Amino acid sequence: MPDYNWPDAQHRTLIGKRISRVDSPVKVSGRAKYTYDYHGANMLFGKVLRSPYAKAKIVSIDTSAAEKLPGVKAVEIIQKPGSTVPWAGDEIVAVAAVDEPTAEDAVRLVKVKYEPLPYLVSDAEPPAGAGEAAGPMSQDDIDDVVSNQVPDAQLAKYLQEYGVSFKVEDDFLKDMQGEGASDAVLAAIRQAPYHSAPGGGHSNFQRTAAQTSGDPDKAFAEADVVSEGLYGAPVIVHCCLEPHGSVSEWADKDHLFTHISTQNVSGIAAQMAESLGVSAANIRVHQENIGGGFGSKFAADRWDIAAARLSRKAGGKPVRIMLERDAELKVAGARPSAYARVKVAAKKDGTITGWQSQSWGTGGPGGGGMPPIPYVFGIPNQHKEHTAIRNNIGPARAWRAPNHPQAAIITMGALDDLAAKLNMDPLDLWLKNLEITGPRRDVYREELAIAADLMGWKEKWRPRGQNVSGSIARGLGLSIHTWGGRGHASDCDLTIHPDGSVDVKMGTQDLGTGTRTTIVIVAAETLSIPIEAINLYIGDTLYPPSGGSGGSTTPGGVSSSTRRAAVDAREALFAKVAPALNAQPADLECVNSKVRVKSDPSRSLDWKQACSKMGAVRLTARGHNDQVASKNHPDLTNSGVGGVGMADVEVDTETGIVKVKKMVAVQDCGLIIDLKTAESSCYGALSMGISYALFEEKIMDQATGRMLNPNMEFYRLAGLNDIPELVVHMMTGKGYDERGVIGLGEPPVISPGAAIANAVANAIGGRVSFLPITPDKVLAALTQKDMAQKAGA
Amino acid sequence: MQDYDPVKNESKEKVDDNSGVSRRDFLKISTISAAAVPILGTKVVQAAGEPVKVYGPGKVPVELTVNGQKHALQLEPRVTLLDALRDQLDITGAKRVCDRAECGACSVLLDNRAIYACSVLAIEAQGKAIATVETLMQGETLHPIQQAFVDNDASQCGFCTPGFVMAFKAFVDQHPNASPEEIRRGLSGNLCRCGTYHGIQLVIAQLAQKGA
Repeated sequence: MPDYNWPDAQHRTLIGKRISRVDSPVKVSGRAKYTYDYHGANMLFGKVLRSPYAKAKIVSIDTSAAEKLPGVKAVEIIQKPGSTVPWAGDEIVAVAAVDEPTAEDAVRLVKVKYEPLPYLVSDAEPPAGAGEAAGPMSQDDIDDVVSNQVPDAQLAKYLQEYGVSFKVEDDFLKDMQGEGASDAVLAAIRQAPYHSAPGGGHSNFQRTAAQTSGDPDKAFAEADVVSEGLYGAPVIVHCCLEPHGSVSEWADKDHLFTHISTQNVSGIAAQMAESLGVSAANIRVHQENIGGGFGSKFAADRWDIAAARLSRKAGGKPVRIMLERDAELKVAGARPSAYARVKVAAKKDGTITGWQSQSWGTGGPGGGGMPPIPYVFGIPNQHKEHTAIRNNIGPARAWRAPNHPQAAIITMGALDDLAAKLNMDPLDLWLKNLEITGPRRDVYREELAIAADLMGWKEKWRPRGQNVSGSIARGLGLSIHTWGGRGHASDCDLTIHPDGSVDVKMGTQDLGTGTRTTIVIVAAETLSIPIEAINLYIGDTLYPPSGGSGGSTTPGGVSSSTRRAAVDAREALFAKVAPALNAQPADLECVNSKVRVKSDPSRSLDWKQACSKMGAVRLTARGHNDQVASKNHPDLTNSGVGGVGMADVEVDTETGIVKVKKMVAVQDCGLIIDLKTAESSCYGALSMGISYALFEEKIMDQATGRMLNPNMEFYRLAGLNDIPELVVHMMTGKGYDERGVIGLGEPPVISPGAAIANAVANAIGGRVSFLPITPDKVLAALTQKDMAQKAGA
Repeated sequence: MQDYDPVKNESKEKVDDNSGVSRRDFLKISTISAAAVPILGTKVVQAAGEPVKVYGPGKVPVELTVNGQKHALQLEPRVTLLDALRDQLDITGAKRVCDRAECGACSVLLDNRAIYACSVLAIEAQGKAIATVETLMQGETLHPIQQAFVDNDASQCGFCTPGFVMAFKAFVDQHPNASPEEIRRGLSGNLCRCGTYHGIQLVIAQLAQKGA
């Protein structure tokens, strides 16, 4: 069998080096085409009428005036009268017209009567006893939960305990499978007991079963120190700069061509097929570039189906529906909130002995799951309760490292407060307890030492509230995190042409994470030719399928399939070239754009000459990476990383404004293919972390049920002036490289929020419980601290 | 139009009698129109005490000079310069993101000054030189600012990048000796979601040093 293993360090000429992103030139020049840039001939412009109510029954819809408006070519009712809309901004009717102003006018002419219903858009702490009368799950409940990344075990346990309110049929299970429900979840649905649901099922509060391990009562009774606190993070949105949307056109009544902004090129057709009544094989999906996804663009959304239907009604003309900014922020996904009251028990020496938490949060109508708390630290004696709030704020979607940033904010905040209570440097507390972090404890130890050094932690760190100069308080904070990142299933076709040109084809996508760069580096390294010699084709269902880009699964997937394809193609080439070099294929190697005899390097052909020996016929090899590790021989990807984030902040105690002065990220991700874009992922994650730590919140209006800040003025993202010195250190070399390729998109974004929150606590000597850490909350925390001191004095 | 000069750190109201109506004027007209219906057609009416031209309703001829080339279009007066560039001329480097002058992804140059193309009406851009990111490359050679973005990996998804590049160019053209701090402030009207700010800071450090 050919040797697919990654070349070792001394044989790598490209892998692990700092190589410029191959698609940068096309992006900086404005030539890169995104879905939003596609303009088909005779394209129609689609617009969507959205519900103004957070919850309402649709009584009637009258589209006659819109249909009569000159320039309107098609009208599609998305939700029929009788349907209940679950959030403000939900899609009701879509129209397509010859230009955008006309489409906007047409939407205004649609008359919809609603019967507004009571709604909930708050995610404040549930009242005592809320959710105790939880009932069986309806189809919608399960659907919502499955799309909310509730941990499988949690959902299964709930299903077992409370049952379902409907007869489970195969169609439903198939739907759930299509939405990504695991086999374990499908089995749990099948086995769930049936209970009728009087009064329509659940309340807004869904209490999950309490979880207890060890003996928490004893641990707290025997603790030297117990620290208590309140921690959390609100709902935030993805705010992709390119909104969700697509342009769909029909070649004939059975063949759809859709251009869509997606993280999941190979998975879209199957999602659209059933709704449109065509075979998935007849749907071509295309995307050259995507302007951000962050976890929110895996599905063919309702507006995408609407665009395809409008196009069909309009005789196949392309119909574009790209969401307006307000719709993008209201309905195209959000990160669930998570809040918790936490108690931590510890011994005097800092050994953590117990954890208690009552947590709550919302991911919209689905409620959402408990974040994985306590995070990273496997605290021995635990008692946890979680209440999911099922409300009408809009849908949740995976947001870069689903549930982990929230878990880090809660856990690392609680441990930081514990350290303060113990008069310990948190770095020492973390190091003291690394034994309970599991298999990556030594990675954390190594990373914490490096991070501390890069931050100058030991020189700079002061106990809480003791680094104040005038009105400026300075503080340090830290957090650690983990993620999986194993490569997804991926197929790659690599073709060597007789003229020496090389094509690589794969139905993957580059989210700006450097996927293109990763693929061409692996292909070029394997064939020992320059990366410019590789023609890469991605983003189309014409190419072999590759997994959706989520969960940091892309680098492992695409690099493995590319490596296998390139090795197989190289072996096939050797077989054709061997006679010309008077050698056995097994004696040949590719080195520096040459094919040569290993034992006698003087016998060689340059790349083009060698390829010309193929005759007239090109050769293609397909490489496959399987999602299941044991099916890969050898396995070129791996799972499980650890990382550290540290923050140095300055707080103006008069204005409450927090300025981040420096951030450090230390991260491992196995074998790094391109160090330059890997580091950029971390720099980007730190910036995003600063943004959600200090500015971001989806603010709901309790009075109207609508989002108050669906724009980029009041939904604030960090800007250039908010970004301080960022230091990134990637773990490489022995202990890391030989693990294989592991994804990097999620992990570095997990710790920054927790690290910044802890740094603020260190600076001002008190905890701002909930992100974002806005000036009003800082001032409130300072006031509370002053009052506590006065009361104490 | 509101011009903000980060170097002088002041803002000034610019009045241009030859222009059409800005979106702000347009809004003023919309608000007064209910009270005193202005005569429609390309006429001048008094709105909020100032003379403003009134176009439309319906499509009107519009001539735009983009990257040195003249284009004759028929547009409704409410069409923005950004939508005219993207949907009528297929010049798509400038991106539509916030569509209300908050993020800078649509930055183009109007007579060498950076503007948000989403918040200028196409009719207002007539008679002015419009330059988009597509005009920066010389043949296959990137502009030094673009090359610096490549070298410092200052784009990820790339959707904000053309806007940053154009805002950068306008700023350093006007302020050739600007310090890194001044350029940072000059680019504060542009936002990125992926977090390419570190790369952009490196671009600033590199080009400010050179006095580009």
